[in-house]
Amino acid sequence: MNINATLLAQVLVFAALVWFTMKFIWPQVIDAIDKRNKEIADGLEAAERGRSELAASQDRIEKLVGEARGQASEIIDQANGRAARIVEEAREEGERERQRLVAAAHSEIERETSQARDELRGQVAALAIAGAEKILLREIDASAHGEMLKRFSARI
Amino acid sequence: MASESSSGGSAGYIEHHLTNLTAGEGFWTFHIDSLFYSVLLGALFAGSFYFAARRATAGVPGRWQSFVEMMVDFVNTQVKDAYHGPSKLLAPLALTIFCWVFLMNFMDLVPVDLLPRIGELMGIKYMKVVPSTDLNITFGLSIAVFLLIIVFSIRAKGLGGFGREIFFKPFGKWLLPFNVTLKVVEELAKPMSLALRLFGNLYAGELIFILIALFTLGNTLTSLATSAAAFSFVVQFALGLAWALFHILVITLQAFIFMMLTIVYLSMASEEH
Repeated sequence: MNINATLLAQVLVFAALVWFTMKFIWPQVIDAIDKRNKEIADGLEAAERGRSELAASQDRIEKLVGEARGQASEIIDQANGRAARIVEEAREEGERERQRLVAAAHSEIERETSQARDELRGQVAALAIAGAEKILLREIDASAHGEMLKRFSARI
Repeated sequence: MASESSSGGSAGYIEHHLTNLTAGEGFWTFHIDSLFYSVLLGALFAGSFYFAARRATAGVPGRWQSFVEMMVDFVNTQVKDAYHGPSKLLAPLALTIFCWVFLMNFMDLVPVDLLPRIGELMGIKYMKVVPSTDLNITFGLSIAVFLLIIVFSIRAKGLGGFGREIFFKPFGKWLLPFNVTLKVVEELAKPMSLALRLFGNLYAGELIFILIALFTLGNTLTSLATSAAAFSFVVQFALGLAWALFHILVITLQAFIFMMLTIVYLSMASEEH
């Protein structure tokens, strides 16, 4: 086992190999690794961002739903109030109409009563005259008392 | 599992397995087998990782890309934990060391006779298939790291700062020789320990595989019929399996230690003491 020129050859081979590795192997592989690491890191970051965005939009949705629910109940309240008011108004209108109709009916009755009374009065006069005539025809000369009877019936 | 080409018996078998295929003379000798497997495995690492890196996408990765990214990420974490300076070099360096040393160590798990036997059939007389059992290979790595330690030191502290560290620390200028001695020992210990640790572990592991292979040395398939030979076959199988399973841990750990210490040494070099 002696040291000889093999050693020098080995040093040269070693140098060539290291140079080759340094030039053609190491940078490419390290580059690929670094690039992939960066991509993975970016992906993770994006996922994290997406997750937080999702949470934010869920919050927003909940808020919107809450607002909508509030508005809906408000609208329902308003509608209920308005319905009650409309019913109330209708009732009042009905009441007024009823009173008007009743009043109209009363006045009609009044009018018809007085008309009937007038007619009745005329008929009573005629009846009275007819009765009186029947009585008087026997005792009174129509021509003698005619003047007086005419005056009488005109007064009625 | 037995090799019959060895000059004689167990000693010959072992010696044959520990002999490199060489070319050249004296210092200018090259261990062809170590270099061949070292380059082959380095190319396997670079090629397969390049295959993933070239079509690396930031989208859903394929299986191979996932594996490569896992390795890169693993090394990157280790580097970031230990080293805080700016360096485009250190992390790829650590990745190369870990994968390459692991692959070279892994050759230890290939059956000890498989590749040398194939080599013999092709007319290659000697073949050591585990590059990290060759001191030249481990020292080649650690000396490269040692040079980088010096470069990193000078880059981080300047030539003056590095010089001050050598000459005037830790005892001040009056004990300059001690300072220099300490520093030299400290710095030289780094590549020495890196190379010898890896070499020692793998050489020992390889040797034990060879020793286990001795159980059925000289047996032929027909002689397995005798009970003694069958017994030694079973023993070899059991020991080989146990040692291989344990060795999976060792080769990974040694690759990791080599990488980790490189990172630590280089980060120490870039910091003020």
